[in-house]
Amino acid sequence: MPDPGIAPIVTLTDAAKHFGAVRALDGVSLTISPGECLGLVGHNGAGKSTLVNVVNGGLAPSGGEVTFHGGTDALGAGVRSVFQELSLCPNLTAAENLRIAHGGLKGPGWRRRARAEIRESLDTVFPGHGIDPGAEVDRLSIAERQMVEIAIGFAPRDTPARLVILDEPTSSLDAGIADQLLDHIARFCAGGGAVVFITHMMGEIFRVATRIIVLKDGRVVADHGASDFTRTGLVDAMGHVAAEDAAELSERRTGDEIVRTEDGLAACEGEIVGLSGLAGHGQAEALARLYLGETSAWRSRAVPPMVFVAGDRGRDGLLPLWSILRNMSISILRQGARWGLVDRAAEAKIGDEWKRRIGIRTDDVTNPIMSLSGGNQQKVLFARALASEARVVVMDDPMRGVDVGTKQDVYAMIRAEAASGRTFLWYSTETEEVCQCDRVFVYRAGRISAELTGADITEERILEASFEMQEAS
Amino acid sequence: MSVLSKPWIWAWLAALVTFAATIGLTSGRGTGELAYAALSFGAFAAIVGMGQMLVITLGPGNVDLSIPAVMTLSATLALKAMGSEPGTALMGLGVALAVGIGAGIANYALIFLLRLPPIIATLAASLVYQSLAIWSNRGLRIRPPEGLADFATGRMLGLPNVAWVGLVIAVVLWAVLERSIWGRWLLASGQNMRAARLAGIPVELVRATTYLVVAALAGLAGYLLASFSGGAALNMGAEYLLTSIAVVVIGGTSIAGGYSNVPGVWGAALFMFLVVSMLNSYGAGAGVRSVLTGAIIIGIVIAASTRRLRT
Repeated sequence: MPDPGIAPIVTLTDAAKHFGAVRALDGVSLTISPGECLGLVGHNGAGKSTLVNVVNGGLAPSGGEVTFHGGTDALGAGVRSVFQELSLCPNLTAAENLRIAHGGLKGPGWRRRARAEIRESLDTVFPGHGIDPGAEVDRLSIAERQMVEIAIGFAPRDTPARLVILDEPTSSLDAGIADQLLDHIARFCAGGGAVVFITHMMGEIFRVATRIIVLKDGRVVADHGASDFTRTGLVDAMGHVAAEDAAELSERRTGDEIVRTEDGLAACEGEIVGLSGLAGHGQAEALARLYLGETSAWRSRAVPPMVFVAGDRGRDGLLPLWSILRNMSISILRQGARWGLVDRAAEAKIGDEWKRRIGIRTDDVTNPIMSLSGGNQQKVLFARALASEARVVVMDDPMRGVDVGTKQDVYAMIRAEAASGRTFLWYSTETEEVCQCDRVFVYRAGRISAELTGADITEERILEASFEMQEAS
Repeated sequence: MSVLSKPWIWAWLAALVTFAATIGLTSGRGTGELAYAALSFGAFAAIVGMGQMLVITLGPGNVDLSIPAVMTLSATLALKAMGSEPGTALMGLGVALAVGIGAGIANYALIFLLRLPPIIATLAASLVYQSLAIWSNRGLRIRPPEGLADFATGRMLGLPNVAWVGLVIAVVLWAVLERSIWGRWLLASGQNMRAARLAGIPVELVRATTYLVVAALAGLAGYLLASFSGGAALNMGAEYLLTSIAVVVIGGTSIAGGYSNVPGVWGAALFMFLVVSMLNSYGAGAGVRSVLTGAIIIGIVIAASTRRLRT
């Protein structure tokens, strides 16, 4: 609990932000004081990212007031943010990226000082990280980029960090690295800093947050100390009627084997196959190889043999100039088309159906795809794949940025589709998700190190397999 | 969406303004003749420009610089095959299109098999095409068959026949881009090639077809231009290198790829002809004319790109 004797870092008084008719933030009052770790939860489109941008000074509020107490603006008050969409410049090194945020690094030898500063920050947050500060960012894995971004957020820079906003920092990190981050957050807050922590992972919220704020439709619907919440209480407060976790996975029958690759990855009809292991150990590459091998860049079939759900939306999924509808329908245009023309009536029908089924938050599917929040864009990519009649669905860590309620809906959809004979290959950085699979392949250093089935699929066994080859090699 | 936010409006406005400025000088005399000439000469720029538009829509780095050489080669070979004999016009058209498609296959083969950047591949290939044209032409100037020359310079319902050809191509391409699956594939590939491939689009097929179509259109334009001007000349395509790219950009097509605009190409093609005739009628010398043309193109592109809404 904040000490009433200490001045707060930032105060919001009835802050509002409207984008046209959309009330992204609808009157939020909030005080963040030193020593607090504020967990911020809510559905996709609840206003979390907007709130973050108002607090860090990136957006001017349409109404109400934002007051920074340590300085005139967010930067002067020591407010920093780390975003969920990676925002580093890929052609610069980690140290050069730090320079963008740290204007004081100049004159001869600034690169050396920048390298030292970012290395020290990385060492503090992620001991044993193994990242070369002089390496260009596009040569780092997604997890390493996220680590660099977090380290820049906590680096000393011009004015010391007093409030660091972390927008889903752990979604691309594996469990071990995420642990280091959570430990650092606890240390940082104990030392008088403040953190705003956004995540869809309940376990993390309860581990570090001292206070939890629930946002819904641009308003704060709950604001209490973390100990006043329970997991179900929190999900209820977010306003989603979560279907009770179908933990008792019935023993499902699976059909003939329809996928088998040279490196040993296999799947049967109607099976949900998980790919696990530490992030960046070859799972995404294995799926991309499989998909690119099974489909052709020269021929297209009316019903593709396989569809792909991208996790890295900007790189692998979105067609940014287009509407939601066109993004959704691109893989199914040939189903029922005549004379090579698009059947626009059927397209519109499928668009409306999937908007409803997967709950895309928009009043019109002809709106641009970029008008949606990250999680809703991800839903569109899900709809793109599930709307097709392909027998195999390949998913490359597709739940990044998707809220708890939608995750439950998608899990249910995947189970229903699998029951009707579809096959899923699912790479996930979240062990919880992998444990829902019928069979799990654990990757280590680009190769399969274990194949687990049935009762063997436990977090413990997966972790064991992720590390066991380390000494042998 | 208001009319002003349509990306093609700027090319058409510019064409109208230059048109008005030119006939203002002659106080209205020669209005019909100027419009007729603009439609005739604009048609050639529009035909190759629409081909270039498809290639540029494929995304950054995609451009066909072999258009002038393909125009020259196909015109030369087609006229040689026809040999001024009556009744050979369709055969000549076939030769021109075949040469164009052959050049398109060669261009794409260089790009795909040797992994050359399209700029290098098409530029290098165009040297070969130009040499072939010189070698087969040997300084001869063969006249097109009588009937074909009459068609290329003739008119129907008051409009030049070449403009009708350009209009039919425009309507077909518009329908392809707006309504067909192939059009969706092209636009998707231009926005994000990797995402398009992962969404199941046969991106290499789309790219190959596009390079074939642009070369076929260049072959057709060369054939029509030679018939229109009474024979093939070795430098006949030269001015279409800049023109084909300029009409795409002025017409509101996105240089970054993924967004095509057919009406804009036509407006820009008319504008490109009209701006030169306007400067001519104001008595500007060759140097001033080039400088002003360049400046005006830059102005139009800025106006069009700052007002453009990405939808």
